[in-house]
Amino acid sequence: MTEAAIETLTQEPERPRRKILPWKLSEGFVAALPIIILLFIGFIGPMALVLIYSFMPRGSFSIPESPSLENYVDIVEQDFYISFGWSLFLAFISVVILLIACYPLAVALRRVKGRRAHLLTLLIVAPLFVAENIRLQGWVLFFDKGGFLDGALKVVTGLETGSLVNNVPAIVFGICYIYLPFMLFPILLGLGNVPREAREAAYDLGGSRWRVFRDIELPLAMPGILIGSLLCFVISLGAFNEAKFLGKGVIVTVAQDIESAFTFGQNWPRGSALSVLMIVLAGSAVWLAMRRVNLDRMLGKR
Amino acid sequence: MAAAPPILQLRNIVKSFGSLNAVDGVSLDIEEGELFTIVGPSGSGKTTLIRLLVGMDKPTAGDILLRGKRINDVPANKRPTCMVFQSLALFPHMSVGENVEYSAKCKGIGKKERRQRAAECLKLSHLPQSYYDKAVTQCSGGERQRVALARALAFNPEILFFDEPLSAIDYRLRKTLEKELKDIQRETGKTFVYITHSLEEAMVMSDRIGVMREGKLSQVGSPATIYTQPENRFVTEFMGEVNSLPVRLADDGKLHCETLDASFEPPAGMPPGFSRGVLIVRPENVAISDDAAPAGSENLIRGELFNEYLLGSRIQYQVRSGAMVFLIEELRADAVARLPGAEVTLSWQPGDSMVFPE
Repeated sequence: MTEAAIETLTQEPERPRRKILPWKLSEGFVAALPIIILLFIGFIGPMALVLIYSFMPRGSFSIPESPSLENYVDIVEQDFYISFGWSLFLAFISVVILLIACYPLAVALRRVKGRRAHLLTLLIVAPLFVAENIRLQGWVLFFDKGGFLDGALKVVTGLETGSLVNNVPAIVFGICYIYLPFMLFPILLGLGNVPREAREAAYDLGGSRWRVFRDIELPLAMPGILIGSLLCFVISLGAFNEAKFLGKGVIVTVAQDIESAFTFGQNWPRGSALSVLMIVLAGSAVWLAMRRVNLDRMLGKR
Repeated sequence: MAAAPPILQLRNIVKSFGSLNAVDGVSLDIEEGELFTIVGPSGSGKTTLIRLLVGMDKPTAGDILLRGKRINDVPANKRPTCMVFQSLALFPHMSVGENVEYSAKCKGIGKKERRQRAAECLKLSHLPQSYYDKAVTQCSGGERQRVALARALAFNPEILFFDEPLSAIDYRLRKTLEKELKDIQRETGKTFVYITHSLEEAMVMSDRIGVMREGKLSQVGSPATIYTQPENRFVTEFMGEVNSLPVRLADDGKLHCETLDASFEPPAGMPPGFSRGVLIVRPENVAISDDAAPAGSENLIRGELFNEYLLGSRIQYQVRSGAMVFLIEELRADAVARLPGAEVTLSWQPGDSMVFPE
């Protein structure tokens, strides 16, 4: 090979340096651009609209009106605190029940290895492929008077359960059932941060099972537990279908209030104000919890 | 020390996983205050064995006696022993001090006393006192090693177990830590049981070594005994690179190697009833010479030098003779300049060779 040939081989091929944009942008920003645009159109925009509408006079359908606080005053003066109370109660109790139900399940799932673990995960995820309201209606058919449970029991034993729906426990059951994966998977992720050997070392150093759980397992799994609780709290705060189908009007949640304000009530500003209050409520829960969680650490960065 | 009873006795320990015996009938006495090393290749069952000894798993059969008391069914948190894990298993959400104090906290010892004990252990493992409040995640590899050691020392165990804690450390630091560990063992007078796959590590630190193979102890003895009087081919070959020649005892009383078509003088003390097996000669016991027939030498082999490696203070040669390649080592200071391709003569004293039946 001649020297010239070697030189052409070793030379770096000239890169095309065409600029996509006239100013310099990081690759990460460019890659995130589609979702940023989407979020602006689909999330930030409507949020801003809702915020503006909440300060418009009662019953107005257009924006450029003189702003007022009358919607918020209405909400405080009328009985809306009841639905806020129910929503908060449902979210809180559901999170507690889900924590108690999912933690042992997650611990057990982590011990299952290989193919069986995949199968179990698939079985837990499978219901998510069916629409939520169809699944809830299924439970209504199961629990209602003359439904599957009641009917089958009557035929086999002669006993009757009557209607087991149209009450608060049924709503809580529905919420827990629907949001179980949202609690389970973050906890599983959190438990993944607990090295088996750290637990063994604590045990070897004289720690009782309870101590090992309290000192090692729980703190190391805490980011996952917090994320799961937060996720479930925020989404069950907006629970709507569960109360509608399994509760059938026995209580009214904020989400139902918002819906009726926008539909039957024809009072967009009131619906908007209720929404804003909900967002503030959920947002403060997230803010409080996030102060304690280091997401980077949870995802394995140090 | 001879009169004192052993601190830990293993009586025919077996641990099975399904049909596989990971530990297959190990019997061993560990003396009070010694540094005993279990060495073996990966998969030889040494980690399984140590997990039985600390109480993390239960043996399928056999007895473990601590000072004469059977402790098979005593769980790890009730045993006065402690282990330094291969992964160190430090608690990542705690500071160095909290890690070291953990065992004292479990025992319900007061804050002041805990802190004082932690300070002693940090000093013993050569960590500055300022590290007490440092996060474990901010410590370097060597520092984490020391934290793990301090944490185990703070437990004040009767026996301290080590499961290859130095395997992930770079060579120079490992050498330092090996020596420090030995010093700490002398200073505290504690019984240390150490596991490693590196015979070099075992040689440096141990009072006694147990070589493990396929769940069994192949040989137990002092480092010097293991090196000079290996009991079988596995131990010999595990010690380092050796020359192994397949041989057969010929009618004239010599060992005949068919591959080389040569006969060698056997060493004294041949195994009784030996007919065929391997003749093993260590590289440092083979003399290399440019003369065709060096004076006063037996067991001569002619060969062609084709490679040489500088191993620091020594030189290793590779010499091809027929279908075999011999390894020879000599001190660099004694070496004569040779070129690859040179014809050389190899020889060794019969007393330096070992014979093991097949």
